[in-house]
Amino acid sequence: MNVAHFFLQHHEEILELTLEHLWLVGISTLLAVVIGIPLGIVSTRWPAWNKPVLGSANVIQTIPSLALFGFLLPVPWIGARADRLAILALTLYALLPVIRNTYTGIRGVDPAVVEAGRGMGMTGSQLLFQVELPLAVSVILAGVRVAVVVSVGLATIAAAIGAGGLGELIFRGLAMVNNQLILAGAVPAAVLALLADFGLGWLERALRPQ
Amino acid sequence: MQTDSTEVPVIEFRDIVYKLPDGRELLHGLDLQVQRGETLILLGRSGSGKTTMLKLINRLLTPSSGSVRVNGGGEGDVIRLRRSIGYVIQNIGLFPHLTVERNISLVPRLERWPADRIRVRVEELLNLVGLDRATALRYPHQLSGGQQQRVGVARALAADPAILLMDEPFGALDAITRDELQREFLSLQERLHKTIVFVTHDLREAIRLGSRIALIEAGRLVTVLSPREFLQSKDPIAAAYVRAFGEGLESAASRGPS
Repeated sequence: MNVAHFFLQHHEEILELTLEHLWLVGISTLLAVVIGIPLGIVSTRWPAWNKPVLGSANVIQTIPSLALFGFLLPVPWIGARADRLAILALTLYALLPVIRNTYTGIRGVDPAVVEAGRGMGMTGSQLLFQVELPLAVSVILAGVRVAVVVSVGLATIAAAIGAGGLGELIFRGLAMVNNQLILAGAVPAAVLALLADFGLGWLERALRPQ
Repeated sequence: MQTDSTEVPVIEFRDIVYKLPDGRELLHGLDLQVQRGETLILLGRSGSGKTTMLKLINRLLTPSSGSVRVNGGGEGDVIRLRRSIGYVIQNIGLFPHLTVERNISLVPRLERWPADRIRVRVEELLNLVGLDRATALRYPHQLSGGQQQRVGVARALAADPAILLMDEPFGALDAITRDELQREFLSLQERLHKTIVFVTHDLREAIRLGSRIALIEAGRLVTVLSPREFLQSKDPIAAAYVRAFGEGLESAASRGPS
């Protein structure tokens, strides 16, 4: 039985697990964006925040993913369901690139442009939403792109704590020493990562200011 | 239009001291008045504090002591104040992600002018600074340096401010474009009668454009003179400027035809 045949035979399960995978990655990325962009903005406004914020995001990155899943297990409500736990862990990992790129993107805006805006009487929020964020958007998106690609890979490990996703096929394949099963999980995961990378890369270029 | 010296000055520096956060003092007790409708030039070398003085006027900086009064007012709404003052900087600072039209109409938009009034105003301004109407839809990076600075001037004039602050606006341009823009500046000022504070280190530009020249050296006001007085001044620093620019001219001329 060749691989293609195997894929065809199991396409329903593969599709279902892919959607589960997308759900884990999608929700965690969304959370990371919703939390990370404001944190990045805050660190540009109050430099004292910069070190602790980026520092903690950095420390989280150094925790091995399996260990992080383990650490979060005793947390109430979160630990009660595997998918919540997986989403929290993935969110934490995705925060660093989002925060860092938001910070770098905004700091990278030409100071002359910011000064002109301020000198012409733009308020802080007008400056942020009409000048700084639009000019930083491609850098911020680059951070989101990194976060998504890393999450797609990391989410496969979430299957170890029973959160589902394509990792389930990989772990089952490992346990049964079945390469076809491993590929059935790994190939769609790789395709997801490539598609996300390509799609977000395209968006990044489209939104880059001239 | 004659300026009346008994009139309240439009801008007044009173005993201004400005210190950097690290304690270094940039301006040491400076008094200066700008009269309605004049073009006051702040002339000085780089680092003499002239840009700092400009930023004290629109309160991008706050004096360490002393006060800067604009139209007789002291403290007030900074945002209101800035929107009532046109600001042109050397690096131009056009918003690269906005079209020329949106760059020019920034302050009117912030002030929520109706759309048709904005459209009319943008056309008027493009015309005023000598730009084609088609320029409106282009982006700053598609324009030449001279065109960009024209847009910068149009943007500063958009909400018809009575005061214009210009920080070496023509400094980064090539000689011919600079000459052209200086000429247009003069004819523009003849029609508009703005109160202008203009920063430069170029004596030639100061003499050509200014109604009075305030000479700044190392954070102090040396003297305020009319261009004519400046050329004949016995003040050693003023004389040094005249010599530097005069000698530059002479040596350039004495090379003869090559």
